[in-house]
Amino acid sequence: MEDELLGDLLEMYAYWVSTVGPSKARWRYALAVIRLIRPFSGTTVKQSTEYPQPFFLHPVMIRNYIKIAFRNLVKNKVYSFINVAGLATGMAVAMLIGLWIWDELSVNTYHQNHDRIAQVMQHQIINGGIETWDSQALQLGHELHHTYGSNFKHVVMTSGAVFPILSVGDRKFAKGGRFMEPAAPDMLTLTMLKGTRAGLRDPNSILLSESVARSFFDDADPIGKLMKIDNDWAVKVAGVYKDLPPGSSFAELAFIAPWDLLIKGEGYDKKLGWGNNWFQTFVQIADRADMNKVSAAIRLAKWERVKNLTSEAPFRAELFLHPMNRWHLYGDFRNGVNVGGRIQFVWMYGIIGAFVLLLACINFMNLSTARSEKRAKEVGIRKSVGSVRSQLISQFYSESLLVAFVAFALAILLVSLTLPLFNDVAGKKMAIQWANPLFWLAGIGFTLLTGLIAGSYPALYLSSFAPVKVLKGTFKAGRLAAVPRKALVVIQFAVSITLIIGTIIVFRQIQHTKNRPIGFSRAGLLSIPMKTDEVRSGYEALRNELLSTRTAVEVSQSETQATSAGITNGGLRWRGKPEGMQDEQVTVAVTHEFGKTIDWEIKVGRDFSRAFGTDSSGFILNEEAVKYMGFKAPVGEQINAFGRTYTVIGVVKNMVMESPYNPIRPTIFYIDTFNRTFYSNIRINPNVSASEALSSIEATFRKYNPNTPFEYKFADDDYDAKFRAEERIGKLASCFAVLAILISCLGLFGLASFVAQQRTKEIGIRKVLGASVSSLWQLLSKDFVALVLIACLIAIPLAYYLMGSWLQNYTYRVNLSWWIFAAAGLGALVVTLLTVSYQSIKAALINPVKSLRAE
Amino acid sequence: MKRAFLGELEEIVLLTVAALQELAYCASITQTIDQEMGRSISFPTVHTTLQRLEEKGFVASHMGGATAERGGRQKRLFTVTAAGQQALIESRQVRAHLWDQIPTPILQLWGA
Repeated sequence: MEDELLGDLLEMYAYWVSTVGPSKARWRYALAVIRLIRPFSGTTVKQSTEYPQPFFLHPVMIRNYIKIAFRNLVKNKVYSFINVAGLATGMAVAMLIGLWIWDELSVNTYHQNHDRIAQVMQHQIINGGIETWDSQALQLGHELHHTYGSNFKHVVMTSGAVFPILSVGDRKFAKGGRFMEPAAPDMLTLTMLKGTRAGLRDPNSILLSESVARSFFDDADPIGKLMKIDNDWAVKVAGVYKDLPPGSSFAELAFIAPWDLLIKGEGYDKKLGWGNNWFQTFVQIADRADMNKVSAAIRLAKWERVKNLTSEAPFRAELFLHPMNRWHLYGDFRNGVNVGGRIQFVWMYGIIGAFVLLLACINFMNLSTARSEKRAKEVGIRKSVGSVRSQLISQFYSESLLVAFVAFALAILLVSLTLPLFNDVAGKKMAIQWANPLFWLAGIGFTLLTGLIAGSYPALYLSSFAPVKVLKGTFKAGRLAAVPRKALVVIQFAVSITLIIGTIIVFRQIQHTKNRPIGFSRAGLLSIPMKTDEVRSGYEALRNELLSTRTAVEVSQSETQATSAGITNGGLRWRGKPEGMQDEQVTVAVTHEFGKTIDWEIKVGRDFSRAFGTDSSGFILNEEAVKYMGFKAPVGEQINAFGRTYTVIGVVKNMVMESPYNPIRPTIFYIDTFNRTFYSNIRINPNVSASEALSSIEATFRKYNPNTPFEYKFADDDYDAKFRAEERIGKLASCFAVLAILISCLGLFGLASFVAQQRTKEIGIRKVLGASVSSLWQLLSKDFVALVLIACLIAIPLAYYLMGSWLQNYTYRVNLSWWIFAAAGLGALVVTLLTVSYQSIKAALINPVKSLRAE
Repeated sequence: MKRAFLGELEEIVLLTVAALQELAYCASITQTIDQEMGRSISFPTVHTTLQRLEEKGFVASHMGGATAERGGRQKRLFTVTAAGQQALIESRQVRAHLWDQIPTPILQLWGA
């Protein structure tokens, strides 16, 4: 600041002190100084030019920059559209993925103590390997409370999720909930709408979620009302809590019933020992405790109690805490070590998102710079008319910033349009974080960065040209200018081809597994859970009526549904069993007609039959079990199980009753004598339509079971559900593949137009000398085909490696056949030619007079 | 070329420069406007206005003597140039012309 200005300011300060007081004076002084600093004030040093030179950030100049930028955009409509649309797509993808990651990372943060809550889990040694369980014995709660109590604020024993039928008068719903110890509401910091968190202390009470309370009591006050759980236990509503959000591991918790009700009601406290890992244990560690230290402290809590029990000691159980913050993303254990889990998807999608965004940005820069070559002349003219460099720089920057911000706005629009669809595919309930400053900060910050980087080449490089050279036409971009662009095109196509191959393989794997012979017939097979005694006692009548009305061909009972076997038993003894083998096989208790209902195929021996009284101690094995037990002639072999001796009466063909991707496990079917059937299976008469059959089954069911809601599941639906996860991956992968191709094509288009631009004169001369359009087309397209071929060479081994290791996750998997790779490469080539041809044919068709006239 | 336009604020500052004669420099002009017109005006505004007037050629400036109250720093003293005088006179004439067109009875009604 100049001397006289300082003097003036001092004088003004004295004046202000005398008129408005010292504090205001200081304030005004500071304000004046800020306003007089260079960029805010006019230049104090005058240039004695005839034409005044406005400051390069003068409002008038800014208005001018934007006007010119806008005119440029409108002038090249196709370019601008491609440019903006490409960048917007990339941004939209990044935003969607960002939202998804945000959602994944904020799971369970609803619970205020989420960083102090943990689940007690255990490692057990089974058959030489370490298995990790989240289930615990009943006795653990007491043990943790009394021996290790100082480490914990709360120790909560709970049942797993149960689905009993809740009823109030005539209203009955099957709801998912848990039996938990009274500290649970405090630990989970439930928001109580009615009643208090202490409600569970009364062993005959129940807490309901808001939505469940409404479905039972509408708007009436539910507190103190009576309800029944499974017709067995009467409980009083002691409180209503706000529904837990979908981003909570307890989201499905529709009710909480007291732990003591279950334990005393079933007499578990007398029946169960340390070997019955039927429950779960959650803890909140003490306020000053350290999660790792507590985890280490309780490591041997169970071992101390069971080391002298011969039944438990071989498993060498060790306890540890699995913190709530890690439940969702780090849920997988292998051999006793946490191996991540969903976090891998978070990383994978994060990387994909970053990559797509990067590709889009690079393209954006590519297209902008390719176009800016055209504008070298404009720069020359501007300079000779008197533009200074700072003005040209801000001119180019404002153009790229304008485009970037238009793209940002478009991306937000795109995201809000596609979010419902994305939620559907991803199985989430996400919303754009309009109110989250972080979202805006990231979005706008990123847009600024892209705009600045994309604009930097023309802004800094083009503006440095000497006007004389540019206008004389001696300016030429060097041959090397295209090299980085070519490298980018290769990278982009390598990614696209990899994604195409990946998508094809994921879909083929799904199809391959769907076509797997499952060994029984799913069509028209449905199952009804038998939860209450009413259903059990009404079963015979129901069966007879369904058979006599010809609605069903066969009805039977079984322990598990045909599509979800999974109960295993060990400790069986048979002839020739190797010493020390810890055997484990799937067991399914059934009634005699089960085989006929699901339509299995007997290979050797015979099916169960009511004609033979001895079948109640008969086993039917599947082929895998025969192999597992090493029988040569299985029929007639004796197996000792469940404390009695069974005789093998038949062998059934292998059936897919668990995951369709896994090998079939040895399975044993036996006639139920322990009251262990929980489902009735119904095979609908193929001559009756499904809806007709269903309504008549429902009517019959209601007749015999007036107090139980009618629930059913089709085996078909159940089976399809096993493919959801893979189908989700497939859908997302195909979305990304399409996007990657789109973005790569934009990049290619940019490069093609750049090259065509560079070679206009060459093409003109060739034409004059007699080159045909087709030979010119060949000349221009050849380079790009070579680029895509290089991309193929990179992508194919990469995809082979990646997809090969993905398929390793599945025992039952498709082969990687060569045609998939060939098809993907060919597809990419065709797309390339189509994209490039537009530019090359256009360039080849130009009248040589036009392209050569300039000199 | 169109002649430079004289804005309202510029006119007031220019008039103040004319009124203060040899004593016209930025601080004194600000204080005079502040006192005489009862109009709160910030120092930087006056400063930029003076610069603009100088760009337009309505005032000229030269460095003047220092006084103790400003820490011995020099003053930039402003004087009205011929073009400035012309502009002020013209603007006054335009106003006078418009005043003349208001009928006398109405002026009397206003109490002017």
